[in-house]
Amino acid sequence: MDGRTSGRWRRLVAVAGVGVVLAGSLTACGDGSAATGTPTLNWYINPDNGGQQKIAEDCSAASGGAYSIEVSILPSDAAQQREQLMRRLAGGDTSIDLMSLDPVFVPETSEAGFLAPVPEDLRATFTDGVVDGAVQGATWKDELVAVPFWANTQLLWYRKSVAEAAGLDMTKPVTWQQLIEAAQAQDTAIGVQGQRAESMTVWVNAMIASAGGEVIENPDAKGPDIRLGIDSEAGKAAAAVMQRIADAGVGGPGIDNRDEAATANLFQQEGAAFMVNWPFVYAQGKAAAEGGTMDRAVFDDYGWTTYPAMAEGTPAAPPLGGIDIAVSAFSENTDAAYEALQCIVSEENQAAYMVSDGNPAALESVYDDPEVQEAYPMYDAIRTSLQAAAPRPQTAYYNEVSQGIADQWQPVSSVSDRTPSASQEYIGQVLKGEKLL
Amino acid sequence: MSATTTPRAAGARPAAGKPGKARSSDKARAEAKLGWYLAGPAFVILVAVTGYPILQALYESLFSYRLTAPGDREFIGLRNYGVILTDSLWWEAMVNTVLITVVTVAIELVLGFALAMVMHKVLGWLRPIVRTAILVPYAVITVVSAYAWQYAFALTTGFMNSVVPGVGEDFDWFANKWTALLVICLSEIWKTTPFISLLLLAGLAQVPSDTIEAAKVDGATAWERLWRVTLPNMKASIMVALLFRALDAFRIFDNVYIMTQGAAGTQTVSALAYNQTISRLEIGLGSAVSVLLFVCVLVICFLAIKVFKVDLARARGEG
Repeated sequence: MDGRTSGRWRRLVAVAGVGVVLAGSLTACGDGSAATGTPTLNWYINPDNGGQQKIAEDCSAASGGAYSIEVSILPSDAAQQREQLMRRLAGGDTSIDLMSLDPVFVPETSEAGFLAPVPEDLRATFTDGVVDGAVQGATWKDELVAVPFWANTQLLWYRKSVAEAAGLDMTKPVTWQQLIEAAQAQDTAIGVQGQRAESMTVWVNAMIASAGGEVIENPDAKGPDIRLGIDSEAGKAAAAVMQRIADAGVGGPGIDNRDEAATANLFQQEGAAFMVNWPFVYAQGKAAAEGGTMDRAVFDDYGWTTYPAMAEGTPAAPPLGGIDIAVSAFSENTDAAYEALQCIVSEENQAAYMVSDGNPAALESVYDDPEVQEAYPMYDAIRTSLQAAAPRPQTAYYNEVSQGIADQWQPVSSVSDRTPSASQEYIGQVLKGEKLL
Repeated sequence: MSATTTPRAAGARPAAGKPGKARSSDKARAEAKLGWYLAGPAFVILVAVTGYPILQALYESLFSYRLTAPGDREFIGLRNYGVILTDSLWWEAMVNTVLITVVTVAIELVLGFALAMVMHKVLGWLRPIVRTAILVPYAVITVVSAYAWQYAFALTTGFMNSVVPGVGEDFDWFANKWTALLVICLSEIWKTTPFISLLLLAGLAQVPSDTIEAAKVDGATAWERLWRVTLPNMKASIMVALLFRALDAFRIFDNVYIMTQGAAGTQTVSALAYNQTISRLEIGLGSAVSVLLFVCVLVICFLAIKVFKVDLARARGEG
């Protein structure tokens, strides 16, 4: 071996040595938390105004080194959140400890075995004093599989001046028919979500539930065995409301591509004097009025009441939403995760989160908090609505059902009395694997 | 195309190729061997990373398999293909995809050629500026460009309704199939015309200037020179540009996903595959859609290479 060759070997050995040291230190980085005894919990959150991040920091600090929570942000769209989580969970990703999960995807995630069981002794802690709908949303096959964090519901929002001019008595429940007539008389629009998206299912489900029906009659069943209740009197009543909105031309411009955010903007810009939407619109309107992008008088004209009824004398079953937090079955720190969850969903945190992010609490007692009452003057309407709310179909096939409804009931102008039967047939075929979606 | 010049151009080049091969020397053999040594590892890796997923997709497509219900996995033979090929949604997506491909590639070819001419002809300090300006859209990520076009046309954020004459203030471009497809095509054309013009520019550079000069001396008009000299000499480049873009356009996904998500009858084949595999997590059905999409791409390649005789090597000036 001459001098040059041995020099080259030395360099190679040196490079390999550096590589080994680097790899070692990288592994050490990954296990850093284990070395200090503080497990790092990774919490996948839906995007918000920073409320969940703050809760994570507060709980980490309060844990006294029992755990440290880091957040990872999911996409803003519920369907995309599901896609990302499902892909990771199906791959057995151990980096997910906690996840903020839309209740409609709880059955699918649980059925697939992706959720760590909720410890027996903690079940009461997580459900005591929580609104019924939220507990239902976190339950699958009679077992609590996720933890209710916040519970959302839609209200009917209106411009007080327009409702008054139309002669509507908003102290009593109003019907869709009354709204359509009022909007037509006042030459305004009703803000509804007509986009081919999950928001369409929220609307259709709420109308079917309000008319006494249900989209799925046996939600526990496997896909091919699911019995749908869309082709029913309730389904026809829902289709009739949509038809009347289209015929009267009170859907407003761009109805076919409007989701909740676009509806809130339309209402804010006075393009609609009525709308059905989640309570975030209030915080958004307030910020716009304070920021000078909306006239203060318009914000002061905001009124709210419970969701529109399908018929006079029959109370509405408003949409139920919110976020549950679940612990991944692949987490290596499930005990710490459940310990952290007790802190995350505490009454104090739920109240602070409602004030900071505009998302209504799952715990009923939070609505008695003076700070919450001041920030959300409609707290009582939210509480009443949550009590009457009907969850969306609790099925492991929610995505198929929802996409099928959105596909068949959109555009609103195409809805007819044949839509319920056509959509029932289509979704049935999709669930049996006989149709593409 | 001109029948007089093409054979001449085609006949002139293989002279260095095939007859030479017959009398291959030891040196040539050694070079070929070296070529394999150099390209071999890359070739093996390519086969592993593309071949493996393709074979797995083929295998999965024979099952009824939902990612969230692995226990219910069942072998069903070709039933997934039967479901897809008898579904009107598949054919609607196919028609949309073919339409988008034909329309965008045709327009891009004409526009791209015009831009390539501009890039080719412009001289002096203007040259780098013009070339950069033309290539900028291609540097934009497709998703970003799709959002930009969507925001421009959307009812809430758009300004197009106040710019385009004869369009009402409340007109929703994405609520109607044809206007939605129009915006999708416009965005696609804006984004990828520079790619075609770049390939055509390389072709233009290969056209011998003395042939053009000779045609000029012979009294050919600019139009005749274009059709009888420039274009025939660029045939290989044009065909390669056409093939690359057709394959690319056929797999259109981003624009549709961002702008309509397949609403208003704008579904395309790639978006359909995504929806079954990623959104529904129906791995079997989705794999079958992907396999069919792959077959379509193979057919396009076959048509281009066998029927239209696209020679990929020659277009790069290797012939």
